Amino acid sequence: MPSLGADMEAGTLVEWLVRPGDEVKRGQVVAVVETQKGAVDVEIWETGTVDQILVESGRKVPVGELLALLRTAGEPVAGAQDISGLQEAAGVEAASVLSGASPSRAGIPPVSRISPVRPRVSPSARKLAEELGVEIASLQVAEPGTEISRADIERAAQAAMKAQPAIQPASSDWQSQMRKAIAAAMARSKREIPHYYLATDIDMSAVSAWLSSENLKRDVTRRLLPVIPCMKALALALREVPELNGFWIDGAFRSSAAVHLGMAISMRGGGLVAPAIHDADKKSLDQLMADLRDLITRVRGGRLRSSEMSDPTVTFTNLGEQGVDGVFGVIYPPQVAIIGLGKTSEKPWVDQGAVVARKVATATLAADHRASDGHSGGLFLATLGKLLQEPERLR
Amino acid sequence: MTPRSREEIRQAIVDALGGIAPEIDPGSIAADLPLREQIDMDSFDFLNLIIRVHEILGIDIPEQDYAKLVTLNGAVEYLARRCAAQQ
Repeated sequence: MPSLGADMEAGTLVEWLVRPGDEVKRGQVVAVVETQKGAVDVEIWETGTVDQILVESGRKVPVGELLALLRTAGEPVAGAQDISGLQEAAGVEAASVLSGASPSRAGIPPVSRISPVRPRVSPSARKLAEELGVEIASLQVAEPGTEISRADIERAAQAAMKAQPAIQPASSDWQSQMRKAIAAAMARSKREIPHYYLATDIDMSAVSAWLSSENLKRDVTRRLLPVIPCMKALALALREVPELNGFWIDGAFRSSAAVHLGMAISMRGGGLVAPAIHDADKKSLDQLMADLRDLITRVRGGRLRSSEMSDPTVTFTNLGEQGVDGVFGVIYPPQVAIIGLGKTSEKPWVDQGAVVARKVATATLAADHRASDGHSGGLFLATLGKLLQEPERLR
Repeated sequence: MTPRSREEIRQAIVDALGGIAPEIDPGSIAADLPLREQIDMDSFDFLNLIIRVHEILGIDIPEQDYAKLVTLNGAVEYLARRCAAQQ
């Protein structure tokens, strides 16, 4: 079961799209998993043949559980390799998971659902189980050999609550699940991440004028949204300041060579997700627009893909849409930065000693002080501002 | 192109809105208040509204005219004029 974000503990396997014996290609969608943030298409990260399905559809399993076995080319049936490479923790350990020569990966044994040994339960957890109607015998402990905790009981109660209508849970239930997922991630962020915050006003006149003239030439279906050049500029600026782009994992920062821009997108009826636009720094504005259109459409009515959920290297929130001047975001762990853009409006601006009216927007940065210092953050915002002065170069 | 009555144009806009924000009750839209204050729409939704109206009515709406489509009544007036001009 892949981790589709820091806040995900378990997922329900809704549907397998492949069967044993099927050939699969890297990047192919092989299963649909229901998470607190809706259904997600799960992609596979290795080319090969599906050997065995280990988790049947309808079952809810914790992150890290083996879902199926995959046989790579030339590998005998007996030495099947696991495809829990799907399980790249927040997208970071991606390549290493499947590249090892060992036939099966240590650490994630194909655990049986029900422990043969009678589990130990703390009295307070037992009491909670009674209150919530959770059957202790059916519980799975997070780590074999450890005591069942109150958290295990709560998880089981939650699982039972939404186990039934796996594909379309009742909206109030779905919304409360979404709320819980956001609450868990944001509380963890504020508990663990020492945020620092910076803001700078950026003259948007050049980019606004360029966009207007560009859109004038374009048919309505090919027009670019104002956010598009900003996405490109900030992806390019991140290349200059790599300490804002990557993950804080196990007490150390790992920067990412790729810029996978997590776009905070609100969902109809409440809640939000921040799925990735991959390699945003390398894409043309037209491609970014096409990708954003596709992403928003799927957030609001379709399905996201596992890689989009698990591997944004940084988040961008464009709350200026709602008319706010600036937004100081809460970092989505294990990322180390979130960039905000407020609304663009006309403001007095001093240019060569004269006060003129300019289109101005406030760009903000909330960053993890463990991974970077204010100096780097300032450099990033300055670079972003500079790039937006030459919109014709944002190709 | 066939001429469009104001009622047809209003219906086209309401249909397009329904596709974008299925939760809205068309009868509850105040025709003189900004749509974006009544319906949860961002710039992406608004662009989709313009595209949808373009598809239904066959009218091209340049970006500099977006401000004329802020309210339902404003949009109907603007599009009726554009329809007439294209006759």
